[in-house]
Amino acid sequence: MSDQIFYAKSGMGQKIVGQALVAKDGFSARYDLDRIKGVFSRPEHKLAGENYNGRILILDAAKGGVATAWMLYEMAARKIVPAALVLNAVNPIMVQGAALAGMTLLSGFDADITKSIANGANVEIEPNGDSPFIRVI
Amino acid sequence: MRLNEEEKAMLAGEFGPLRQWAMDHQIKVGRYLGAKDMVPVLQAHVMADTESLGKAGVEWLEGWAKLPEKERLVRIPTITDPRGTDFAAANRLKQQSWMVDLERRAIDAFQSLGVLMTDTCINYQTIMPPVRGEHVAYGDTGVVIYSNSVCGARSNFEGGPSALSAGLTGRTPRYGFHLDQHRQATLVVNVNWTPRELNEWGALGAYVGKLAGDYWQVPAVVGIDHSPTSDEMKHFGAAMASFGSIALFHIVGVTPEAPMLTDVASNAASLRTYNVTEADVRGLQASYGGAIDKVDIVVFSAPQLSLVELRQISILLEGRKTQIPTLAITSPQVKPDADRMGITAKIEASGASVLSGMCFYQSYAREMAESNGWKRLATNSAKLTNILGGYGYTPALLSMEKCIDVACDGGRLSK
Repeated sequence: MSDQIFYAKSGMGQKIVGQALVAKDGFSARYDLDRIKGVFSRPEHKLAGENYNGRILILDAAKGGVATAWMLYEMAARKIVPAALVLNAVNPIMVQGAALAGMTLLSGFDADITKSIANGANVEIEPNGDSPFIRVI
Repeated sequence: MRLNEEEKAMLAGEFGPLRQWAMDHQIKVGRYLGAKDMVPVLQAHVMADTESLGKAGVEWLEGWAKLPEKERLVRIPTITDPRGTDFAAANRLKQQSWMVDLERRAIDAFQSLGVLMTDTCINYQTIMPPVRGEHVAYGDTGVVIYSNSVCGARSNFEGGPSALSAGLTGRTPRYGFHLDQHRQATLVVNVNWTPRELNEWGALGAYVGKLAGDYWQVPAVVGIDHSPTSDEMKHFGAAMASFGSIALFHIVGVTPEAPMLTDVASNAASLRTYNVTEADVRGLQASYGGAIDKVDIVVFSAPQLSLVELRQISILLEGRKTQIPTLAITSPQVKPDADRMGITAKIEASGASVLSGMCFYQSYAREMAESNGWKRLATNSAKLTNILGGYGYTPALLSMEKCIDVACDGGRLSK
């Protein structure tokens, strides 16, 4: 999948390079994570047991409640936090949380981004400019 | 985004650094989500339990709380979602002193900002329900979906930082459910069965939320055969918001924007359409708790209980004794009424506890599980079952009556 580039409808944060952690599943910091251990803890989640620290999370849709808006900031302060969030569909909470935490966020693709990028791939995100994108490197 | 002169002045720092931060935050969010301008809001509701805030979030608040009064006070009525503890019950719940201390610090900071510590997720039943067309900035997904759908108010999900920003600036970015075009149905759900129990309403809401899929979807539900009560709508909406991240639904013939399906779906024939049966909903309910034959605790919470729900519990517990911890959690507004009317005393005579101002999942649920040995839980809240798996619990979704039976039978689940 090298040299593949996927343009997003919206982005914020800093340009970043990292390893993708990918699943066709939703995301909520409160519902899905053990934020102390830095792992997905919801047993039904497709990434259950996976460590997310420093990974670029590529997931389907923002889920759950409003707590993520604070939690991303708290996670960033403890430095046990994903490097970036990439979602097919955001809700406002993810945007608000990323804005407070200064986290890179990308969302809205023509194709299902969870099917387009392989788990473990090295990717680059450019969230700024007229055409924010994620690229497999 | 287009800003008026006052908004530009806030952004330039002329109203102090906190309002400058708030406006900058709102612009970042608004730009991302396509807002063209700001819309004035009349109320804000801030979710900020300290499990979510953490030490970093509390310190962030405390930094702002040191500003001069004219620079730090909110401009519109700004209220709070449940806290992370009921101070009167913290020891009983085996919450640790650092949790209680952090809560006290957060409360002090919010009070310095002029925030009213209502500590409730049922403000639409107890404080000041929004009216149709009123633009508000509410946190707590259950509050937002009820206010949008049942009251006809207009709010997006406003997480703590954004709801606080709205309190400080008196406005919020105009996107999503503030706009007419986003309030139209995007899917139709035909039901041939109307729930009776609160857990059934929650399970139907959960099912519809899963079908809908993401925040931008608006289900129009057709076939509900009577107007639900406020508590039924509360469980229905809270579960839909929890399972689907949904902020607005219509029930045709019931909710104010949908007297007819065509009022919210002029193109109904072209929308994705689902037929949902009683068996579908019962299947979802049965997916919780099937692997366990006993629970360690019974919890009524999420959302906080109304006076009517507390009274129902008191009647079901009359003359009985609970054998395992049983918590009924309500708001600080309802609790005094329950005390005054003898409802609290009736419930607690059974051994159960009435708590207020907190909500179970917002109160260090993982740590409480570890301290108390709680792993398996029964509740009538579909929302709670959806949340607690990630906190290490195995939840069972039962009716209120069944939950009480289980509590009085040592936690045994009869299959």
